[in-house]
Amino acid sequence: MNTDPVVTHPPLQLIALDVNGEQHEVITEPRRTLVDVLRHDLRLTGTHVGCEHGICGACTVLVDERPVRACLMFAAQAEGARIRTVESLSDGDGGLNDLQRAFTEHHALQCGFCTPGFLILADGFLAERPDASKEEIREVVASNLCRCTGYQTIVEAIDACATARRGACATPCDMSAGKEH
Amino acid sequence: MKPAPFQYHRARDVDGAAGLLAELGEDAKVIAGGQSLVAMMNYRLARPGHLVDIAGLRELDRMHRDADGALRIGALTTHHTVESDPAGVLEAGFEVLNRAMTWIGHLPIRTRGTVGGSMAHGDATAEWCLLAVTLGAQFVARGPRGERTIAAGDFFLGYYTTALDPDEILVEIVFPRPAPHAALTEFAERRGDFALVAAAVDLDVEDGEVRSGRVALGGVASAAVRVPEAEAVLADGGSFEACASAAAQAVEPPADASGSTHYRRELVRTLVRRACEEAVSS
Amino acid sequence: MSDVSMNDGPMSDVPMSERKLVGRAVRRREDPRLLAGRGRFVDDIALPGMLHAQFVRSTVAHAELASVDVSAVLEVPGVVAAFTAEDLELGDIVAQLGRPLSEFVPTAMPVLARDKVRYVGEPIAIVVARDAYAAEDGLEAAKISYVTLPPVMSEEAAFAADAPLVHAEAAHNTLVDVSLFATDGIDGIFTSAPCVVEVDTRTGRQNALPLETRGAVAHWDDREEQLVLHTCTQIPHQVRTVASRCLRLDERAVRVVVPDMGGGFGQKCVVGREEIAAAAAALRLRRPVKWIEDRKDALTASFLAREQHYRARAAFDADGRILALDTDVVCDMGAYSCYPFTAGIEPLMASAEMPGVYKVPAYRVRGRAVTTNKAPTGPYRGVSRPQYVMVMERLLERAARELALDPVEIRRRNVITDFPYTGVNNITYDPGSYLESLNLCELLVREEGWYEKQTAAAAEGRHLGIGYACFSERTGYGSAAFAQRKMKVVPGFDISEVRMDTSGTVSFTTGTMNHGQSHETTMAQIVADELALDIAKVRLHQGDTDRITYGFGTFASRSITIGGSAVRLAAAKLGDKLRAIAAARWDITPDDVELTSGAARRRNASDVLTYEQIADIAYLQAHLLPKDIEPGLSVTATFDVFNDGTFSNATHGCVVELHADTGQVEILRYVCVEDCGVAINPQVVEGQCRGGIAQGIAGALFEQVTYDAQGEPSATGFMDYKVPTAHEIPDVLIHHLETPCAFTETGAKGAGEGGTIGAPAAVLNAVNDALRPTGVELDHTPITPETVHRALNGAPSLELSS
Repeated sequence: MNTDPVVTHPPLQLIALDVNGEQHEVITEPRRTLVDVLRHDLRLTGTHVGCEHGICGACTVLVDERPVRACLMFAAQAEGARIRTVESLSDGDGGLNDLQRAFTEHHALQCGFCTPGFLILADGFLAERPDASKEEIREVVASNLCRCTGYQTIVEAIDACATARRGACATPCDMSAGKEH
Repeated sequence: MKPAPFQYHRARDVDGAAGLLAELGEDAKVIAGGQSLVAMMNYRLARPGHLVDIAGLRELDRMHRDADGALRIGALTTHHTVESDPAGVLEAGFEVLNRAMTWIGHLPIRTRGTVGGSMAHGDATAEWCLLAVTLGAQFVARGPRGERTIAAGDFFLGYYTTALDPDEILVEIVFPRPAPHAALTEFAERRGDFALVAAAVDLDVEDGEVRSGRVALGGVASAAVRVPEAEAVLADGGSFEACASAAAQAVEPPADASGSTHYRRELVRTLVRRACEEAVSS
Repeated sequence: MSDVSMNDGPMSDVPMSERKLVGRAVRRREDPRLLAGRGRFVDDIALPGMLHAQFVRSTVAHAELASVDVSAVLEVPGVVAAFTAEDLELGDIVAQLGRPLSEFVPTAMPVLARDKVRYVGEPIAIVVARDAYAAEDGLEAAKISYVTLPPVMSEEAAFAADAPLVHAEAAHNTLVDVSLFATDGIDGIFTSAPCVVEVDTRTGRQNALPLETRGAVAHWDDREEQLVLHTCTQIPHQVRTVASRCLRLDERAVRVVVPDMGGGFGQKCVVGREEIAAAAAALRLRRPVKWIEDRKDALTASFLAREQHYRARAAFDADGRILALDTDVVCDMGAYSCYPFTAGIEPLMASAEMPGVYKVPAYRVRGRAVTTNKAPTGPYRGVSRPQYVMVMERLLERAARELALDPVEIRRRNVITDFPYTGVNNITYDPGSYLESLNLCELLVREEGWYEKQTAAAAEGRHLGIGYACFSERTGYGSAAFAQRKMKVVPGFDISEVRMDTSGTVSFTTGTMNHGQSHETTMAQIVADELALDIAKVRLHQGDTDRITYGFGTFASRSITIGGSAVRLAAAKLGDKLRAIAAARWDITPDDVELTSGAARRRNASDVLTYEQIADIAYLQAHLLPKDIEPGLSVTATFDVFNDGTFSNATHGCVVELHADTGQVEILRYVCVEDCGVAINPQVVEGQCRGGIAQGIAGALFEQVTYDAQGEPSATGFMDYKVPTAHEIPDVLIHHLETPCAFTETGAKGAGEGGTIGAPAAVLNAVNDALRPTGVELDHTPITPETVHRALNGAPSLELSS
């Protein structure tokens, strides 16, 4: 094991990433952002790019289960972390989970470009705050930009999902459950 | 909006990082959470040739209270950790920090952004810089010449400029005494934006009376500033309204597209009053 | 008109054909892939050997190009090529109107700047590299030398006697100058009227801001001898036409394919320069080339909209009835005319339609488009209507104050109530619910107690205001309506092909182009109903010029009115053929065959032929067909509107609180009573309303593109271009009225733009209502917190000095 106090990487570097539970190795320039590596190197194109300066939130992914902007993180910084993207929400057959179903039921998406960012934002937030009030949900929804919906139905969808999860969990249970099979 | 090329270095300990910074010189930059730096790099407004990633230095990601009640926050503690305060270390005196976090950007920024990163970035409207100035924080920095402590009053030198040497790493921020009657508030046109004006106060309350206090402002100068004129009003037993007016008169905020000097001064008046009211009721 | 309850709620599953789907909140067909991250947007496309392009852009607003040197760019690691205008020799993009030079001056927009640059951000050269990072490295190595010219940065500067000319051919920097209507005796009316009010209103320049920026992937397909251009556009066939002309290819040799699109709102309804340049680079290099606009370019160098200046006055009789309207509108169209709409898009819309929902006996208007050294403008949701509605509503409010009338009452006295109504602007309005929507909206606001709350708040020294906007929106512009504008490209009709395969399932096409409007769902609802077929067996195709015969795309709320009508006609035609085949088998007349549950049934008998069985005959047993029926099950139908179109309408009510200590405008309540005829899918209609209102609020309170004196745009990111979030946008109560359109095939009217149109006026009126005690009236948007703070605190207004 390298015990130098500092590990210096050459212009191209090998980066090992844990994405949606799968291990990937990418040879890349260190300047590539996490979102570009996810989209273009790993071809996980569900995560979108909307502003590349951390405001719109279309690129939101979970890093160690916390929502972060994948445009404000170099892929090299994500080594050793668990990354989760929108592709992790539904199962392999394309079945939608309860959050995704709530989005479609409430018409919380139109063009769908911002949607993966909102889904992942909500997924990470509700995991930490399953008891969040609608007003707290609105404040978190204010993290990302949507140009189509006016936000109301996004807030309603997330609130409905959280409410349903709480209803289903009269006794403590796994909040991440709820995939449709 | 893709950053210019750089070499990436991952630090294994503070001394190694400082040594590398010394070796690489001005072309190197420390990256922690990167929530300001990466955006600037994407715009190529910042283009360091080397990034020294200190995020792996777990010893800087902790928050605890000393026996004397002082709060010590490791530089790599995220805003979100302060906001959620899992170990309850902010209880009994530092709840102001917890409440102030909701003003910082949005959740996905707070999960990555770090206290030390915000301080070292030195934005004139940043909540952490304002809190540090208000609460008289001390900054512990370590470099090739060893460790030193810098008082908040000496730390912020102007727009995005701090007293840190290029080869120094900010390792810890110390808030020396509890501030049970402190508050931070601000105004921006849109939730999560940088404040047009931010105000923070730390009041000394005895027997339900405000005896004295510290008043500081962000967004009115090149760095967060204390406002002695407003503090004098508090020390003289003046009203919050009078304190707010004194603060408004004392500053000459720069005008820009978001607001004139006149308007920002009016915001100072509003926000200092609000901060005082929130502080006594907290 | 009927009052309809749309509380149908989301449906749990897709029903069989017995239940009519039109009018129901059928769950969206688009959603599963978009929710799973399996959508395919243009930046999701990756082709073998693909290169990445970015543009060297002008750093000055107005200059002659002394030299463009990209030689050093080629030395940058990863850069493959760099091309200038001289290298590519492309044809210019030229948008035309059939108007005399006195009314319209055509100007050319070169794909890459030649000789001259006219705004900061104008593309000068295209750099192609192995990835987007290297492409951006390459940009930095380009050497451009400019001979700078004084920039023209305002209407006043453009009209100044000694103004530099943005285009040499456009004197006074004027691209469009029309004077219309000028009712006889209008000056006399103003002289003798008991009440004349005026407004001078400016509205901020905005970015339509689809969250997905513009982009393209171009490659040459050797086997098809065809350029394939994947691009996110609302108008694929128009892009094909322009690309083929600029690239000097036969139109057959260009195929435009539109993948999933992340919004457009008009910005993607024009032909951009960059997609043509990327295509040219792909042709030169014979490798796929991708261009994805970054946010900085999208904010500074894309197509903008909405910067208008109105000087309007209206004459009223003593009872508050409008006697005359006189308007001068100047639209700052920036540096170029957009294709296909031209710089006339905003002034011609405003001039033609300004009287809106009101009975205006006399009207005169002068509409001008001025060219300046700003990024060019294109259409943006609502096109001029958010602005002129705001001006009309301000005029009514001002008159109500002068005449001491209730603001809702003065509208009641003026809205059109007898339909069809032919206005002074020579437009015939089909039936709508103008008065009903107004009354109901006021009632909803009143029933929630907002008037009492306003009074109570005033007693506490707080500032609540209530404002309304009453408006209609022409949708379903057919060929006749656009021909009246004298466009050289007259959008109007739409074509749909409906095809059944041997399994009895249906594919159909539209010439419109979904970018969030849910066409895959709503149009499938129409077809499923018409053919009595399970919606799961109905699939829409759009956005491929090789697959769709022709189309004008999606804009002006035309998709469901015109496209949906073509779809229904084509489906009906297929239904006729299915019945004819079945009738022939049973030796009866088609009238005795009905279509239910995916099958043809003989009336009053038990004979049934499933669609699968009919399709089997049509394709695989064609010898069984009678002589007069051709094999196959593919039909085409077109639809056009031969009158002035159909008018959706709405009234918006807005309640605001102004915070005296910060100047913040807080929206406490927003109510929308809308009528878009038959709502094919009410949930989708509500989505369009809410999203539109959010964009209208954004324009009223938050968003503006500004420039410094040198022409440098101030907003390069979302810090400065303040798109509102969930924190700023309120929930909206929506109530539907339904006045079906008599001449669309479904009874639907357009629903895409109304929300955006009404919101600025409602917000501005509410703010002014709250400001009533101060005597200050605000007429410009966006309304900033500082403006409100000054008004409430008696400080001099910044507006007055502008």
